[in-house]
Amino acid sequence: MVTTLDSVDVVTVGVGWTGGIIAAECAKEGLKVVGLERGRERGTEDFTMVHDEYRYAVRYELMQDLSKETITFRNNRKQRALPMRQLGSFLLGEGLGGAGTHWNGQTWRFLPYDFEIKTMTDKKYGANKLSADYTIQDWGITYDELEPYFDRFEKTVGISGEDKNPFWGKRSSDFPTPPMKKTAMLQRFETATSNLGYTPFMMPSANLSEAYENPDGQKINACQYCGFCERFGCEYGAKTSPEITVVPAAKETGNYEVRFNANVVEVIKEGDKVTGVRYYDTVTFEEFIQPANAVVLTSYVMNNAKLLMVSNIGQQYDPETGQGTLGKNYAYQILPGASGFFDEQSNTFMGAGALGMTIDDFNGDAFDHGDLDFIHGASISSTQTGSRPILSNPTPPGTPSWGADFKRASIENFTRIQGVGGQGASMPHKENFLTLDGTYKDIYGVPLLQLNYNFTDQDRALHSYITEKAEAIVKEMGAKTVAAGGELTDYDIVPYQTTHNTGGTIMGADPATSVVNNFLQHWDAENLFVVGAGNFAHNGGYNPTGTVGALAYRCAEGVIRYSREGGSLA
Amino acid sequence: MAGKDKNFSRRDFLKTSGIATGALIGGGIIGGLIGANTNSKDTGTTAPGNSDETKGSSSGSVRGLTFFKSMAEFEILSQATERIFPEDDLGPGAIGLGVPYFIDGQLAGSYGENSKEYMQGPFFEGEPTQGYQSRLKRNEMFQQGIQLMQQEAQSRFDAKFVDLEGEQMDEILTAFQDNEIAMRGVESQFFFRLLRQATLEGAYADPIYGGNINMDGWRMKGFPGHQMAYIDEIESEDFVEMDPKSIGMEH
Repeated sequence: MVTTLDSVDVVTVGVGWTGGIIAAECAKEGLKVVGLERGRERGTEDFTMVHDEYRYAVRYELMQDLSKETITFRNNRKQRALPMRQLGSFLLGEGLGGAGTHWNGQTWRFLPYDFEIKTMTDKKYGANKLSADYTIQDWGITYDELEPYFDRFEKTVGISGEDKNPFWGKRSSDFPTPPMKKTAMLQRFETATSNLGYTPFMMPSANLSEAYENPDGQKINACQYCGFCERFGCEYGAKTSPEITVVPAAKETGNYEVRFNANVVEVIKEGDKVTGVRYYDTVTFEEFIQPANAVVLTSYVMNNAKLLMVSNIGQQYDPETGQGTLGKNYAYQILPGASGFFDEQSNTFMGAGALGMTIDDFNGDAFDHGDLDFIHGASISSTQTGSRPILSNPTPPGTPSWGADFKRASIENFTRIQGVGGQGASMPHKENFLTLDGTYKDIYGVPLLQLNYNFTDQDRALHSYITEKAEAIVKEMGAKTVAAGGELTDYDIVPYQTTHNTGGTIMGADPATSVVNNFLQHWDAENLFVVGAGNFAHNGGYNPTGTVGALAYRCAEGVIRYSREGGSLA
Repeated sequence: MAGKDKNFSRRDFLKTSGIATGALIGGGIIGGLIGANTNSKDTGTTAPGNSDETKGSSSGSVRGLTFFKSMAEFEILSQATERIFPEDDLGPGAIGLGVPYFIDGQLAGSYGENSKEYMQGPFFEGEPTQGYQSRLKRNEMFQQGIQLMQQEAQSRFDAKFVDLEGEQMDEILTAFQDNEIAMRGVESQFFFRLLRQATLEGAYADPIYGGNINMDGWRMKGFPGHQMAYIDEIESEDFVEMDPKSIGMEH
């Protein structure tokens, strides 16, 4: 028994950054928008007792309940894909605000190089710089075309930063708020990188340096440096999140409704259009159809791809033939780095999610790759995000992992460690892709998404190159012991690495090689939009959210234009 | 309730735990330990540490077991965690911090039941990179692991685990860590990692969960717990020492 509801102009699947941005922009233009969110409502008032490492950081209070739905995973097609039974490598969000509630707030614009990576790499290094197994491609949009949308997102968020990085794209306006405070730990990195001839600058931050009112009239408070950001929500309303900005902005129009506990299981397609979505009420298991003039997939990378697959929209990518686009170019991130153990104690437990300094001297194509066997690179940062005692037990190499020596060393070094880490770009490979699993299902009986992923030779070369750079910086910082990260081996889904999954629903200029056009409009259904980090044709050397936010504003413009004019926007 | 039936006293606990009582007297830990185990009305003890700070660390004024049914098993767990995180001149070890009670409580709840995890079949042994693939729940794994610790103590040393010397316990724990113990449904190194991690969680989680008694885990580590703000200290060139606070104190 399925209940068909009254039609609306726009329905979004998921209410995080992308769903909130689409809703705010469309509702302001008079479109009736419904956001379907499978999690619960939540807001700043729910976070007064959030300084609880065990509950939030270790037991994943804000994350997806995997008993209901997970993914399956294998390193390669010879293995049997098995379910990710416990969270580990990345943390899927759930609930109002999505991962935008528990993010750290490090907010970057991908580099001009990223958007035209194929053209620029071929031009400078020749067409055979990487083997044909690496499916790099341009994004179908340039940095300059996307710049106004970056600007828009940064003003919504109120990003704190300084325009001192010679390697990033040209900005049409300065950061909305000044940079965060430069602590003693950050100064240690600043001095060392300056000595080495690099150009350090304060990381762009969505934990705001001062109170700010955004163009929508939403107010964000000043960060208190409490040290509980990633995996937590902010009890001050000082980490810009969808539920304190775009969601209330959308609601104020009177044109927006968020429906909670609504788990979408299908996008309904008829001919060359979609008619709406089918969802379950997660409390009663009642089934509903929400018809809409436009459907926007605004859930996480994984679920956006899965919904297209289970709804038979688009052609599934096949690694044998290279045909098909859906599920193609899944990428992750490469995380080289080094840790320094110092004699003097630092206030490691204070901080903010995006309190850090960075150099981009080894990111993108800022350095010559002529003699190197990889392309792209990594932003290299030292952050002070607030160390907490359960998950931070640093010990110098050679220390036992338990017992008296471990206890002493882990306690002594809790306040004596400082790391330097790279966020390395991840190039797509023909064997790294998403598809549907043939065995395992979620509690609604829908197949799980299957992740096929392993690190590549490109990744290993990049990793080892950036590790050396990070190690040299830590030495220059004066550490008495330097511990560099080991060689990159096989991708392991168990230890936490990063929640920067990308690809699978990539954007581009050509329907033969991409899922959506550069308005994030589906090539095969003009009233279906798919937006998020799934649109990335590869992953860059930064956190993704700044670029996701820009794409969401671009997508909102597309949805509004489509509502008025119809047709393909490409 | 298992805990109520047992209603063991502090003296019995120390005796059966095989800890030299003298080692516990002194430093800031004694209050915490008393507060943890014996803050029952009939003893009439008011321990120094049993102030507002520790009220949040145990429910009401008694403490008992909610998962383990046998004190013998609980004491094996206690000794194993103490070897992983021993008492020393820096401060209390796992027992003094209430870690065994913390673990007992967690095993009785969603952690022990793996209730937020995908536990549907079919189950297959996977590659290590694919992560946990057993149908065993954590609380089943702990029970089995503890039984095997006892079995190893008998076969290696012809004694109960809790009566072994520290080095002998370490030998058995190392065998678990090195995957030398045959466990059913899980590898012993996986269980050991879980035990080690649970010990650290109990030592350092907010005292509202029953471990980290008197916030002594945080005190040792220089972690101030739940502070509202560091905006006045964040630019300090010097290391800032603060009295820790629990999220339970203000509610």
